[in-house]
Amino acid sequence: MAELITYREAVARALAQEMERDETVYFIGEDVAAAGGVFKTTTGLLERFGPRRVRDTPISEEAIIGAAMGAAMNGLRPVAEIMFSDFLATCWDMVANQVAKTRYMTDGQVELPLVIRTANGAGVRFGAQHSQSVENWAMSVPGLKVVAPSTPRDVIELMAASIRDPDPVVFFEHKGLYPTKGPVPDGELVGELGKAAIVRSGADLTIVALAAMVPRAVAAAEDLARRGVEATVVDLRCLVPLDTRTLLAACSRTGRVFTVEENPRLCGWGAEVASIVMEEAFFDLDQPVIRITTDHIPLPSADCLEDATIPSVSRITEVVEKTLD
Amino acid sequence: MPTSTDSESRHDETVDLDQRIDLYRMMVEARVFEEMAYRMFVAGLVKGTSHLAIGQEAIAAAFAAAMRPGDLTFCTYRGHIHTLLRGAPPSRLMAELFGRGSGICGGKGGSMHLTDASAGAMGSYAIVGAHMPIAVGAAWAAAERGTGQAAVCFFGDGTTNIGAFHEALNMAAVWSVPAVFVCENNQYMEYTPIRSVTAVKNPAADRAQSYGLDSVLVDGNDADEMFHTARSAVSKARAGGGPSLIEASTYRHGGHSRADPGTYRPDDEVADWKARDPIPAYRERLIAAGAEARRLEAIEAAVDRTMHEAVEEAKAAPVPPTSAIGTNLWADGGSAWRN
Repeated sequence: MAELITYREAVARALAQEMERDETVYFIGEDVAAAGGVFKTTTGLLERFGPRRVRDTPISEEAIIGAAMGAAMNGLRPVAEIMFSDFLATCWDMVANQVAKTRYMTDGQVELPLVIRTANGAGVRFGAQHSQSVENWAMSVPGLKVVAPSTPRDVIELMAASIRDPDPVVFFEHKGLYPTKGPVPDGELVGELGKAAIVRSGADLTIVALAAMVPRAVAAAEDLARRGVEATVVDLRCLVPLDTRTLLAACSRTGRVFTVEENPRLCGWGAEVASIVMEEAFFDLDQPVIRITTDHIPLPSADCLEDATIPSVSRITEVVEKTLD
Repeated sequence: MPTSTDSESRHDETVDLDQRIDLYRMMVEARVFEEMAYRMFVAGLVKGTSHLAIGQEAIAAAFAAAMRPGDLTFCTYRGHIHTLLRGAPPSRLMAELFGRGSGICGGKGGSMHLTDASAGAMGSYAIVGAHMPIAVGAAWAAAERGTGQAAVCFFGDGTTNIGAFHEALNMAAVWSVPAVFVCENNQYMEYTPIRSVTAVKNPAADRAQSYGLDSVLVDGNDADEMFHTARSAVSKARAGGGPSLIEASTYRHGGHSRADPGTYRPDDEVADWKARDPIPAYRERLIAAGAEARRLEAIEAAVDRTMHEAVEEAKAAPVPPTSAIGTNLWADGGSAWRN
């Protein structure tokens, strides 16, 4: 049996599944317990697991991540919420210098099984400091695993995998996807980190996307199909570890590769993807890899401006069609 | 400088002479280790930098003596001695400073990043203040799991002006975690006197009230007073009494790091503090309390031998293989970011 649930509901279901299974899983963050999260992603967890395991914190991002790290060192498997991914900048020392580097610097003495979950991305008109896609910040730091699901089922499967993973994971939920629905089977769900999904198969070209750009890539592929062009859509799902095997196979098979990235242009994940494809599948390519990204600007708040800068279905379709002429 | 106190009167009668002699031994170990580290740096064997704690030994020794196996220590980049005194092998610490494969972190940590998790030394942290929230988390986990552990977090006076200090103390107090925060106020953050950049006189103790904690100011160069303070705070944490914040006045005999001769400090100030060196003062006090000089001399000789052997072992140790570059980033032992 499968039921349709929202991406938002999937977050609480994933956390509940893992907290039920493992009493060392704790969950902390700002407004996450009594209020159920500002995006209502964690409603019901306090009632179910109690105030010791589901805990409101002060507005102290460094202390939130630091506490999660210290707890992970000492026998818990904490999940810490950073309300908006933009706020990672206020605790980046903890994420990039402490959490990411400790296992390596101690030569494996200290294990840090923790998950930092955070609401990432645009589409809700919050302006430049509450709308960024910052998964590439995390991707650039050795020692962090980076996950960004696009469907409710992936939220559950990848959250479960992240919580069970012995290494630190930064889990980017897309706030624009919270109301979207998808089918989720009954029972315990556990996925695997580092596995991309082929969301759609087509022989003519490959569109590589992540998180909220996946449904847009699929919609663009459907438009293209109506015009006789068949696209493969790859949902990377994880940036670290990166499933280059699936990626390269799709790129080699189709010869034309497009990335669709919500991040601003410079140093987005697509630049790394383009580099890998160029180095390892160059002779299978029919054209250069083309990146479709948000402009290299802070995000504007006005709806028309925000919509105009983030890759849209029509922009993806136009860019692809132009190269096919 | 704190006013001189009649330290003997603060001596806790429940601490017997053997325990005090052990405290003395730990201070000597710390001093000799640091002196050897200094000599090896000058000889070109310690690479990078080093931040010595010469003059500050009483604080680390008192806490190490007050802690139990399983308790957790978090310290700063001036943390050779805190790690050593929790029980990390001196030869492997020295080897880490030398960048050798037998180093306590396999040569990946270095002077500023010493960890011996098996001894409860959970890391020396090189970004000022970062370890304070981490200590909160470790203590929180101890409380949740009912392990009876206490976490002790050492930090310098400079830390009291960074955000993590305030975030950590507030959270520690609100969650009532079994942690002890110990400000080693050596009067200078790096090159600048702490008093010239801080709005209050006592940078940690005067902030305690903001977090609902008692203001505790102690003479960090008095081993008896430090031990008494350490034992009380650790016991309080273990008994569920919540966190403590302690400010211990002390002084580093040298500069901030190996790059710093410390010439910004007035000569008479340095001389005053060196006259209050915690180790010879404690030795005299122990003799007065009935310790045999021969026994102390035997301890000094044994420590000297141990530290010389540690240096020789570290010198003889091989450098790490270059294959170590790609190990132990992840729990699977490797560092792969792709398939």
